[in-house]
Amino acid sequence: MTAEEKKPGWKSLPMGAVVLEPGSSLKYKTGDWRAFRPLVENEKCVNCLFCWIYCPDAAIVRKEKWVEINYDYCKGCGICAKECPKEAIKMVEEQK
Amino acid sequence: MTIVGMTGDEAVAYAVKQSKVDVVAAYPITPQTIMVERFSKYVADGEVQTEYVCVESEHSAMSACVGSSFTGARVFTATSSQGLALMHEMLYIASGLRCPIVMGVANRALSAPINIHGDQSDMMASRDSGWVQIYAENAQEAYDWIIQAFKIAEDKDVQLPVSVNIDGFIISHCMEGVDVLPDDVVNKFLQTRKPLFTLDPDKPVTVGALCFTDYYFEFKRQQVEAMRYVRGVLNSVCREYKGVSGRKYGVLETFGMADAEAAIICLGSTAGTARDVARRLREQGKRVGVVKLWLYRPFPTEEVSAALEHVKAVAVFDRAVSFGAPFGALCSDVVSALHGLDVSPKIFNVVYGLGGRDIQPSDIEFVFNEALETAETGVVKQETLFLGVRE
Repeated sequence: MTAEEKKPGWKSLPMGAVVLEPGSSLKYKTGDWRAFRPLVENEKCVNCLFCWIYCPDAAIVRKEKWVEINYDYCKGCGICAKECPKEAIKMVEEQK
Repeated sequence: MTIVGMTGDEAVAYAVKQSKVDVVAAYPITPQTIMVERFSKYVADGEVQTEYVCVESEHSAMSACVGSSFTGARVFTATSSQGLALMHEMLYIASGLRCPIVMGVANRALSAPINIHGDQSDMMASRDSGWVQIYAENAQEAYDWIIQAFKIAEDKDVQLPVSVNIDGFIISHCMEGVDVLPDDVVNKFLQTRKPLFTLDPDKPVTVGALCFTDYYFEFKRQQVEAMRYVRGVLNSVCREYKGVSGRKYGVLETFGMADAEAAIICLGSTAGTARDVARRLREQGKRVGVVKLWLYRPFPTEEVSAALEHVKAVAVFDRAVSFGAPFGALCSDVVSALHGLDVSPKIFNVVYGLGGRDIQPSDIEFVFNEALETAETGVVKQETLFLGVRE
C-alpha cells in the first residue's frame, strides 16, 4: 500500500462495517479487475443494444449511433462480445 | 418478593416478556421449545406488543433477528443443538454486524447419534462466533441473566449478541421457585434500546457490504475490542441489578476457595451439585472448593487465574468433547489462563455428562478425592478423565 492510499484504522471506522455514505460504491472502480478489454468497432455496431441489456455491470454506455464502454467499471467478462449479433465487439488482452 | 413456580424455559420466557422485546423470531426445538412456546402465548393473549415471526428454520430465525435488530428493535430468539448448528453461519453475521440480540439456549447434545438431552457441545462448538456466552446454574439465574443480558448486549461499547445458556432438561424442564421482579422495576432497569444506527430512508446506510483484504481485518479487530469491554460492562450491570433485585452476579462465583487445596471449575447446573458435595466434604475437614463460571466468552482470564492460583489441584469439568484437542474447551481455556503463573496448580480435565448422562454427587466426590490426592502427591494420574463412561 502506498502512502497516498492510507486507509483509516480500526479505531476510526464505523462499528459493524456499516457504510454511512450512500452511493459510495461508485468510488470502487472495478475496471482494474479486467484481463481482457472489449473494443467496439463503431462501423459494425447497429445500436441494437443487446450488449446494453446483457452487461451485468451496466458498463455499456448508450450513444446516438453506437455504444461505448465505461472502462472504470467494466470487468472484462466478455458477455457483450459473446452476445453481439454483428460481432462488433472484440476482446483484446490488456497490455501490461 | 414474588416467588413463582417455573421451569428454566418458562423463567426465560417470563424475563423476555418483562424485557419488552420488540421482535422474536424462532423455530421450535427440544429442549428450548417452551421458551418460545410460552412467549407465543403471551403474544396471542395480547400481554406483549411483540412482533412474533414464525420462520421455517433456525437459519431464517437468526436472519430475521439480524434484520430486525438493525431497525433498532430489541430482539430475542432461542434454540438448542441442531438448531444452533443450523444457525452457525448467521451467528457470525449477528456478531460481525454488531447486533445486540439475546438468545436463550437450552444446551443439548449434537447428533449423531441423535440425542435430545443436555450437554454443552452445541454452544462450545460456537465459542469463536463472537457471541458473549453466559451459563446459568438454575431457573432463577436464567431469569436474572436474560434481563441483564439485554443491558450488556445493548451497551454502546459492547453492541454484541449474548447467549444465555441453561442445561437442557436439567434446568430447562425442571420446576423451581423463581423470585421475579415487578414489571416496572424491569422497565426502569432496562429502558428502551438506543441503537447506534437504524434503517431510516432519510439517513441511508449500507449494512453487510463487501469487505475485502483492505478492511475486513480492521472490523475483526473492533470485535476483539468490544469483547474486552464486556467484563467491565457486565460487572457494572450486575452491580446495578443487585440494587434492584438483591441478587449478586458477576463473571464467576466461588465456594470454599479461600482455603481450598483442590477445586472443581465448571459451568451450569453441575455447579450446584459440586457445591453441595464440597459443603459436605468441608464438614469432614477436606479443603475443597468450587469455581462456577457465569461468563465463558469473553473468558475471564484474570478472575479465573486469581480464583485458582492458590490451590494445588484443579479438576476442570467439560460437558462437551473437543475431538483431537489436548483438552476440552473449558480446560484449554483454564490452562491458558494459568500459564503465566510462577507456580501453577496441577490441572486435569473431567469430560462428563455427554448426551445427558447423569452426574451424581458420588461422581463429584470421586473427582474431589482424586484432586485432593493430586494436591497431596503433585501427580496427575490421568490428564483427561472420562467420568461415568462404560469401558
